[in-house]
Amino acid sequence: MDFLVEVAAWFNDRANWRGETGVANLAVEHLWICVVAMALAATLALPLGLVLGHLGRGGVVAVNVSNAGRALPSFAVLVLALQLSSIGTTPALVALVALAVPPMVTNGYVGIREVDAELKEAALGMGMTGRQLFLAVELPVALPLVMAGVRTAAVQVVGTATLAALVGYGGLGALVLLGLRTGDTVEVFAGALAVAFLALVTELGLGRVQRALAPGPGPRPRPQRVRFVDDRGG
Amino acid sequence: MVTGRQAWVDWEWVAGHRPLILDLLREHVELTTLAVAIGIAVSLPLALAARRWPRLYPPVLTAAGVVYAIPSLALFALLLPWTGLSRTTALIGLVGYTLLILVRNIVAGLDGVPAEVREAAQGLGYRRARRLARIELPLALPAIVAGVRIATVTTIGLVTVAALIGHGGLGQLILDGLNRDFRTPLVVGSALSVAMAAVADIALLVVQRRLTPWTARG
Repeated sequence: MDFLVEVAAWFNDRANWRGETGVANLAVEHLWICVVAMALAATLALPLGLVLGHLGRGGVVAVNVSNAGRALPSFAVLVLALQLSSIGTTPALVALVALAVPPMVTNGYVGIREVDAELKEAALGMGMTGRQLFLAVELPVALPLVMAGVRTAAVQVVGTATLAALVGYGGLGALVLLGLRTGDTVEVFAGALAVAFLALVTELGLGRVQRALAPGPGPRPRPQRVRFVDDRGG
Repeated sequence: MVTGRQAWVDWEWVAGHRPLILDLLREHVELTTLAVAIGIAVSLPLALAARRWPRLYPPVLTAAGVVYAIPSLALFALLLPWTGLSRTTALIGLVGYTLLILVRNIVAGLDGVPAEVREAAQGLGYRRARRLARIELPLALPAIVAGVRIATVTTIGLVTVAALIGHGGLGQLILDGLNRDFRTPLVVGSALSVAMAAVADIALLVVQRRLTPWTARG
């Protein structure tokens, strides 16, 4: 219990919030790289996954890319990205984008493919063009699953950004790593709490968005034979 | 920083450090196997309880989901005050991540057993426990193994992060490469870790096909 009191005291100390290595600045850094990485990754991944789903092509690649992504440890991706550029923002951003793309491509593809065939036939029977079918039928129906992919990617990005401190980018992981190096368990714990908080806010916040997009009660959890909904590595 | 044209793999280093690499590989396999085994041992009763008392299921899923969302480095760090830089810390964290995947797949697998089959078993005089062991679990096996495969591949990746608390198997090589700015160990560590995930995934699929020959297509 004494330990938790120390952690509380740590958070109460204004000095730990201010300055370049204060919690406030590190949290902003952390969120900033996540937002940029997600924006870049979504711009790349969503159109690709959605269009492939609409055309019904490249399914094997689209579905397996996230399985392959799962096997690739985020830690390794980050350190390998460092080999391709200098220390700092670039390797962290490259790694985060690389990790965020697979789940979004897969869910975009699967989301569109899983739209009820009868629904599509009805739309085509009504005289809709391919483009109208895509925009007015497939996209809205697929939205919850697409959003699930975005959420999976975002949670993973927030988690992996914790490791970005290893390659010279700041973020909240810097507190954990610095604490580990100096043996300051209170700082490690405080940093970890901040990171966990950020990840949970992301998970629950986007979960709420996802449910808001779903019509009616969500589907029952299904066995993950087609594995696309979850992904982890950060 | 990376200086000059460093080769990606220095094979002489690899040859000279074979015992170390094999040792870390073994640690990686051990940690993964233990974590997944304990994960199954914890998830199975949780899943069975959730099926018997459906009201338990949402809170169990939420709790497992919360653990799942916490970044691995943070989860390990949050355990430090209690279990220190020990293997136990790494194991608790790794087991924690398997729960969501395993519980969800076990429940979904059991839910997928057709009601007629269950009734037929009951008609034949199967009691609850025997019906579960002889009828329901075997039929749910493909879904359960699918979960075990995801959990295993995920765990193999997460073990590398545990290198930061000193128990990372092949992650130790990656960290060493990072710290010394030496590409060989980090490439070897990454490649072996990916290869291990692929081998484990395929091996588990083969096991599942053997155990449930009736699912074979053809």
